[in-house]
Amino acid sequence: MFDTPAIFSGVTRRYGTVEALRGLDLTIRRGEVVALLGANGAGKTTAVRTLLGLIKPDSGEVRLFGGDPRDAQTRTRIGAVLQHARVPETLRVREHIHLFRSYYPNPLPIEEVIEAAGLTGLERRKFGELSGGQQKRVHFALALCGNPDLLVLDEPTTGLDVEARRALWKQVRAYVARGKSVLLTTHYLAEAEALATRVVVLDKGRVVAQGTPQEIKGNAATLEDAYIELLEVS
Amino acid sequence: MKTYLLEIKYEFLKALRTPQYSLPTIIFPTIFYYFFGVLYGGKKAGGVKMAEYLLATYGAFGVIAAAMFGFGVTVAVERGHGWLEAKRVTPMPIASYFVAKLVMAMLFSSIVVLILFTMGAFLANVTLPFVKAVTLFATLVSGAITFCALGLAVAFYAGPSSAPAIVNILYLPMAFVSGLWVPIQFLPPAVRDIAQWLPPYHYSQLALHVIGASRGQSVAYHAFAMLAAALLFAAIAFHGYRRDVSQVH
Repeated sequence: MFDTPAIFSGVTRRYGTVEALRGLDLTIRRGEVVALLGANGAGKTTAVRTLLGLIKPDSGEVRLFGGDPRDAQTRTRIGAVLQHARVPETLRVREHIHLFRSYYPNPLPIEEVIEAAGLTGLERRKFGELSGGQQKRVHFALALCGNPDLLVLDEPTTGLDVEARRALWKQVRAYVARGKSVLLTTHYLAEAEALATRVVVLDKGRVVAQGTPQEIKGNAATLEDAYIELLEVS
Repeated sequence: MKTYLLEIKYEFLKALRTPQYSLPTIIFPTIFYYFFGVLYGGKKAGGVKMAEYLLATYGAFGVIAAAMFGFGVTVAVERGHGWLEAKRVTPMPIASYFVAKLVMAMLFSSIVVLILFTMGAFLANVTLPFVKAVTLFATLVSGAITFCALGLAVAFYAGPSSAPAIVNILYLPMAFVSGLWVPIQFLPPAVRDIAQWLPPYHYSQLALHVIGASRGQSVAYHAFAMLAAALLFAAIAFHGYRRDVSQVH
């Protein structure tokens, strides 16, 4: 229980009249890479935000490593890439990493963070001078600073070109190879197929299907076909 | 502790590397002081040399800008663009974020005040006894707290693009009416009555009191007004912060 990275039990959350989550049950086990799929408005981002303690559920409960996501102690074990966070542009890559490492009791060595995120050679650049793909790598680096056991990536490759996306996949895989867990949301089915050990499809705030990419795919030609079919049925 | 120091260091670096912030906060008070304090410094105001009088009021003017823009606008921008949230999901002690910005605003305030002191001493022959100079400096810089709180209150209700405009709309008229540009005794009585309700008035009177040029109201009265304003603004800011954190909107 205390070693289970994340558990959602019966989580509901509404915004005014919109029910973003309607009884979400989901467990992320150690070593898993769970891809959360769903149309815009299906509840992916709300799920991520409740998991990170940024939103309080109306009912139900979220546990991170057995603890409350809003406790600083719990947060030492996670790292997150948020969808819209704009990093201050006037600080250098190395300076950002330096500061974020200081938040954690057992941070990764700075050189290791830089290498793991593919930022070698860019340490002295200011954030504002980087390309979109390089900026995403900085987000990823900041999420890695605390040597987290669970990484939460909210649409980590949206807006990236193919090369940058592939590079990030490689970095995520290297991280998972160290026995860590990942929860990611994505609109790219290929991304889910390439990275996930389990795909979870959300629709209207509930899990409507889950399984390995192969299981979800079933007899359909591609994961995308299977996914479209699923959403039509539900 | 290490987090606090690093947070302060990088907050300061960010400010230095943002000319839209660092230049106006330093250049405007120094230019105004040069024109009105140095070039017309021989006249008298409040019983002292104009160059001495304006040292207190333009010092106040500079500190208010350093505090309201440095604290208010940066928090509005970082909050509006999701950066504060990205920090909130880390184990960072949230206090370090605000303490660092407060210290940064006070450091910038110190820089502005020291530049004005230097100009006063070398260009306008202002001679303040050492103790008075130190007291004036301390009064000016500690006043930043009230205006940091005001900036923060704006930051938690305004968006990242409207915050600079709102700060300007508050800052410039308040500064004028309170007698930071033109000595208050040269302003019409109706304006002076309004000034009683504005924090920059009480702030500048505290600074002027140090050099014996205040309007003679009690120090306790002005200090109480500054403290009450700081608490009120801080409470408004805290309410806004709580609203963000609990996501009830």
